[in-house]
Amino acid sequence: MLAQFGFGVFVLTFMLALFGVGAAVVGYFSKSDRWVETARRAMLLTFPLITLAVITLAYLLVTRHYELQYVYSVTSNDMPFYLKITALWGGQAGSLVLWSWLMSAFASAVTLRKWERDRELLPWVIVVTSLTLAFFLSLSIFYENPFARWWQTTGGDFVARMFAPAGAISFTPSDGQGLNPLLRHPGMIIHPPMLYLGFVAFVIPFAFAIAALITGRSDDRWIRLTRRWTLVAWLFLSLGLVLGMRWAYDVLGWGGYWAWDPVEIAALMPWLTGTAFLHSVMIQEKRGMFKQWNMLLIILTYALVIFGTFLTRSGVLSSVHAFAESAIGPMFFAFIGITFVTSVALLIYRWKDLRAEVEMHSLFSREALFLLNNLLFMGVLIVCFWGVIFPLISELVTGQKVTVGPPFYLRANGPLFGALLALMGIAPLSAWGRSTFKTLGRALWKPSIPTAIVPVVLAILGVRNWIALVGFTLVAFVIFVTLYEFWRAWRKPNLKLTRRDQGWLIILLIPLNIGLLVWIFLDLSNWLTPVIFMLLTFFLAAIWLLARRNPRRYGGYLIHLSMVVMAIGILGMDVYQTTTQKTLAVGQNIQISGYTLRYDSLAQFPYTDGRIVTRAVLSVFKDGKFLDKLYPRYDYYPDGQPMTIAGVRSTLADDLYVVLVNWENVSTAQAPFKVYHNPLVNWLWIGSLMFVFGFLVAAWPERELEKGTGKI
Amino acid sequence: MKTKKILSFTLYILLFSAALIPAVKVSAQQPTPSDDQVNAIARQLYCPVCENIPLDVCPTTACHQWRELIRQMLTEGKSEAEIKQYFVDYYGARVLSEPPRSGIYWLVYVVPPLAFLAGAYLLFRALQTWKRPANVSIKGADQSSPPGSEPVPDKGSNGAGDDEFVARLEEELKKRK
Repeated sequence: MLAQFGFGVFVLTFMLALFGVGAAVVGYFSKSDRWVETARRAMLLTFPLITLAVITLAYLLVTRHYELQYVYSVTSNDMPFYLKITALWGGQAGSLVLWSWLMSAFASAVTLRKWERDRELLPWVIVVTSLTLAFFLSLSIFYENPFARWWQTTGGDFVARMFAPAGAISFTPSDGQGLNPLLRHPGMIIHPPMLYLGFVAFVIPFAFAIAALITGRSDDRWIRLTRRWTLVAWLFLSLGLVLGMRWAYDVLGWGGYWAWDPVEIAALMPWLTGTAFLHSVMIQEKRGMFKQWNMLLIILTYALVIFGTFLTRSGVLSSVHAFAESAIGPMFFAFIGITFVTSVALLIYRWKDLRAEVEMHSLFSREALFLLNNLLFMGVLIVCFWGVIFPLISELVTGQKVTVGPPFYLRANGPLFGALLALMGIAPLSAWGRSTFKTLGRALWKPSIPTAIVPVVLAILGVRNWIALVGFTLVAFVIFVTLYEFWRAWRKPNLKLTRRDQGWLIILLIPLNIGLLVWIFLDLSNWLTPVIFMLLTFFLAAIWLLARRNPRRYGGYLIHLSMVVMAIGILGMDVYQTTTQKTLAVGQNIQISGYTLRYDSLAQFPYTDGRIVTRAVLSVFKDGKFLDKLYPRYDYYPDGQPMTIAGVRSTLADDLYVVLVNWENVSTAQAPFKVYHNPLVNWLWIGSLMFVFGFLVAAWPERELEKGTGKI
Repeated sequence: MKTKKILSFTLYILLFSAALIPAVKVSAQQPTPSDDQVNAIARQLYCPVCENIPLDVCPTTACHQWRELIRQMLTEGKSEAEIKQYFVDYYGARVLSEPPRSGIYWLVYVVPPLAFLAGAYLLFRALQTWKRPANVSIKGADQSSPPGSEPVPDKGSNGAGDDEFVARLEEELKKRK
């Protein structure tokens, strides 16, 4: 009964979304506010309706309604409550429901705002968001129905259908298959919603862009209206990517976080165009340039969002034939084709209206460098897109699939990422409008001096790999430029503390530093750590105060800093990762990068949720000194699915990552271990946290102060 | 004559020994290769069954057997290239981490740089178009011209450029009033 109810709500919402599209179009062409208002209300109604369907599905998941095929495939009796809730997006059908739910939530949030000033955009924003919503709902209704039930046909076969086939009887299994163990990790529980939040949020700026194209508004209003949406989309997409990386690192047991797998690239591609867009819109806002380019970027981002979902959901990655056989593959393909062609046609139609308001003055101006940044991002996108689709082309043309793996991507993208790092350092020092080679050089020489020392120091320290030398030098360059920019801003004579700022400083800094002083007195032997923390608090307070004057600019710099901190981790892994594998008897050692690991013991025991855990104990030594114990293990779930959990010793310098190799013969007498030495990898995760801080600063509401002066 | 015989005999012995060297080398069994030696090759090969998983970390039984096959071939003295070729012959080019540089597969290497260069060329052309002579540029600005530049003072500009800049600034300030 509940399944029929949930399905009925879906159908109703689908019809409502289509009605909203029709009402909005009629309202626009008949200039009838009443029709537009009707469309708006229809859009607003979709959210509570889908929420109702989602609650129904969640209820069915937690109450073990295994007569539903979806509930059967992603839950089981032994799963804890929270995993049954997260199983909502653990399978294909559920993840499409999540897409629709988020889409309706975001579209409703957009339609809730005051629309007096931009009334003519409203109907088309409703059309785009409702059409996207209707498309995803149609997939859930016609192809991937989460409410489909099991039926036993007269022939004895079990089939999943919404309604009973002739003569069939309902069938309820006693237990479900359960969620794939790999999806039970916290990273994987949060990763898909984050990614989808990012994907869906990008639909909003796209909807405004299309509305601006249709209504012929060539100004940057649509960009200003959707700036926060774009930032939010970018944040969630970035977090989704990072969480996916962390999940891969923790669970997949191959010692890395990024394998250039097509599924990973599917999520990276909209991030690339989204990042290019974030930079490029600044030029339109500041200089009235690149209007056509911004439109194209957001159209591409939307297409890639749908394309990414298509890649992971249609089965096309395993084989083009799987795509042809899958029900939703051709639907996705058609939707991407129609929306892309229509959007590009609209852009071509408005091409002349979107001409730049001013000309480019200098190849060294900030806008020129931003354009170069966009070109580089597009370069990475081309490499990724081509690398993902080439195996499909090869299969279509030659009948032979090929693998396009990490060596291809690393070789092609490495120089592009290097150039992007260099630009990250140069562009902030160039001026809008006119910046000559001379002025740029004048701004660059100060941060260049400490940068020039870096490769020398690295070489003295024994670094000989040229990729590491170039990479770390570029990282240092960006850090010096950013610090230099903060220092310059700090020294500006007009930077005065307001009473509010002083209040904030007193509230935040004084208790924190008193606490740190107490720490020093309690543990005099360990005075360095609290002193570093003290300096850090003053540094962060200074950055915060600067950022409050121009959140966007200084938030952007903090994001740059976070990116280069992440680059430190990436360089460490790509250049210096080492690995070794050996089968050890108890008491035997394995050596890697100066560490010695001794195999101590192995134990096997059942866990409360039914899985059998096989856990080894190893002692880690360096220079003969005991450092730590590591516990690599693998778990076998009741359904026979394994999960490998590495034993990891993490420091800022490196990770020692040990895998108990469950695919070889393991016994208490001897066990095979694969050990990875991952230098600097933790800077990747530290950079991710810094990124969130930088984002919060960048998205912080701008101060009243600037409104008065009209200066940003 | 005796000396000649001794020399000839010595030569025969040497030649025979030299001829024996490769034979001895081939027939001698290599010590069992270590896991690291096996993985060094397995890392460059992709599991023909699983999607995008390198052979050195693939947990399936089939991959376990393929790793043992690599070990056996190393024991037999096969080179890395020979082992990779063996897998390509049996399972197709998809076992390699990159497409081979032949035939249609060249496209994978050629298209991205060509597309990037085309983009760079278009960008360069566009920049040339946008970067017009100073006397024409002021006409280009319409009513909704955006705010001017910041933050590095443009001290190095020439006089003509500065005039144009000041004119534009004044024009914008007038509009704002």
